[in-house]
Amino acid sequence: MRQLKDSVLRGLLWLSVFLSVAVLVMIVGFIFIKGMNLISFEFIFGDYSPTGGGGIWPMIVTTIYTIVISLVIATPIGILAALYLQEYAKQGRLVKVIRFATESLTGIPSIIYGLFGAVFFVTTLKMGMSIIAASLTLTIIVLPVIIRTTEEALKTVPQSYREGSLALGTTKLQTLYKVILPSAMPGILSGIILSIGRIVGESAAIFLTAGTVAALPESLFSSARTLTVHSYLVTQESGDIELAAAVGIVLIVIILGINISATLISKKLNKATNK
Amino acid sequence: MSIQTNSVEIGKSNKRKYLLEKISSKLFLICALLSVISLLLIIGFVFYKGSHPFIVEGYSFIDFIFGTDWVPSEDKFGIFPMIVASILATIGALIIGVPVGLFTAIFLAEIASKRLAKIISPAIQLLAGIPSVLYGVFGLAIIVPFLQNTFGLVKGQSLLAVILVLAIMMLPTIVTVAETAIRAVPNTYREGSLALGVSQIGTIFKVVVPAAKSGIMTAIVLGLGRAIGETMAVILVAGNSLIVPTSLTDSVRPLTTNIALEMGYAAGTHQEMLFATGIVLFSFILILNFVLAKISAKGGN
Repeated sequence: MRQLKDSVLRGLLWLSVFLSVAVLVMIVGFIFIKGMNLISFEFIFGDYSPTGGGGIWPMIVTTIYTIVISLVIATPIGILAALYLQEYAKQGRLVKVIRFATESLTGIPSIIYGLFGAVFFVTTLKMGMSIIAASLTLTIIVLPVIIRTTEEALKTVPQSYREGSLALGTTKLQTLYKVILPSAMPGILSGIILSIGRIVGESAAIFLTAGTVAALPESLFSSARTLTVHSYLVTQESGDIELAAAVGIVLIVIILGINISATLISKKLNKATNK
Repeated sequence: MSIQTNSVEIGKSNKRKYLLEKISSKLFLICALLSVISLLLIIGFVFYKGSHPFIVEGYSFIDFIFGTDWVPSEDKFGIFPMIVASILATIGALIIGVPVGLFTAIFLAEIASKRLAKIISPAIQLLAGIPSVLYGVFGLAIIVPFLQNTFGLVKGQSLLAVILVLAIMMLPTIVTVAETAIRAVPNTYREGSLALGVSQIGTIFKVVVPAAKSGIMTAIVLGLGRAIGETMAVILVAGNSLIVPTSLTDSVRPLTTNIALEMGYAAGTHQEMLFATGIVLFSFILILNFVLAKISAKGGN
């Protein structure tokens, strides 16, 4: 009886892992098989044409804009915030409040960020549906990611480094720049890379703040669409699954690149700390 | 004389150093406070906009929650069908996603050889990174026609399609977090149980899984959060009908979908009602976060 139960459970375990892997293979396989025919130099670097046959260069440019702007703002703020939490703050009520806020921000669904961005950046600050409004919304979305990963990286810097540096008569600030930040750098970098993944994959918040204009953005204040929004719109409006899948290939290749570089960096990090 | 000027110079440079220290620590504090400010701004704006119709314009909140008609042009705002759709879709996704995800995690942590786990785990993590829109595209191209043919439906976009897409989407989150939790169970637990003559499977389900309980709960709550907040993928497969779903094959419109579909053209009270929809969604998430905090506090003890 017990043996029967054991074999049933063992069978279920195998079945589950088979299902999970099958789903993974199906999704990635589907995207690549459906979209592969469209992938060409023209498709990636060509300008968009609403009548079909055009490329996705405007969406790639828009996606890069959103990545660069939100990271340029979020990275320094996130790192400094983490430095405060780990190196400066007395662990008291204020730190608890900041931690709680950071964690809560992580849990908010992106459509709520979209609503907020639409009323705050787009309407109240009069930015209009624009790349800048979307990027600022994305900044808030990735801020907790950068804070958390930087904090984790700072925790791995041995206490003796700080003590050694301070004992040489350096100030706290000098110790930060010359000793602590350099040794926490790989961890911070992998946090930034994770944030790129989050920005590339985001859709609902961008949809509500950047709008859907399918042209090369003239300035940061023009409305534009990112790759994910493009993939959504062509599916929803014209049912063009092939085109959506082709955009999907570009997205998956980007995500894959991001994952691989994050893994390489964390491997380097582990090697460095084990020494 | 020269000694004096020297000490004055040192005093000056020290002063500058102290000033710099002071300024930088304040700057760091301000950066850290930005996340608190952002959270307050988000809550403030969404709640201010969303509560406006009920406080100032005299709409009834009860009618909003339990009303079944959503006809903005006729001034009717009831989101009961969407609340039901959101809850049913989330529960359905949990029923499918949790067992499969949990069992996959157990397999990877306890049964799979190191080499097999090293191939499958990163692959599943990659699945977590795929933009959610693509799950929707996959759902619309594969799952929806499949349901249409299998059940002979007029339209394959349905509650069941939403459930399947969300279940697939929460799978990687659950697997990754639960696997970490199970791997963190000390080996002595397993050895002790095996030494008492319990089988490997018995050890896993009677000893290891209960020991990893709080981590597994965290995995489930995180997966749940992803499911309830998902928008764009759901729009593609939900069908977006404004009815209280009575069967799995009914076309539905969850809360998130309502916001994204109408935000583009809504104005005035209609727009404020979309923010109110956001508040309801927000409340669900807050409850989830509260549960998560309770669980992790318990795990800490």
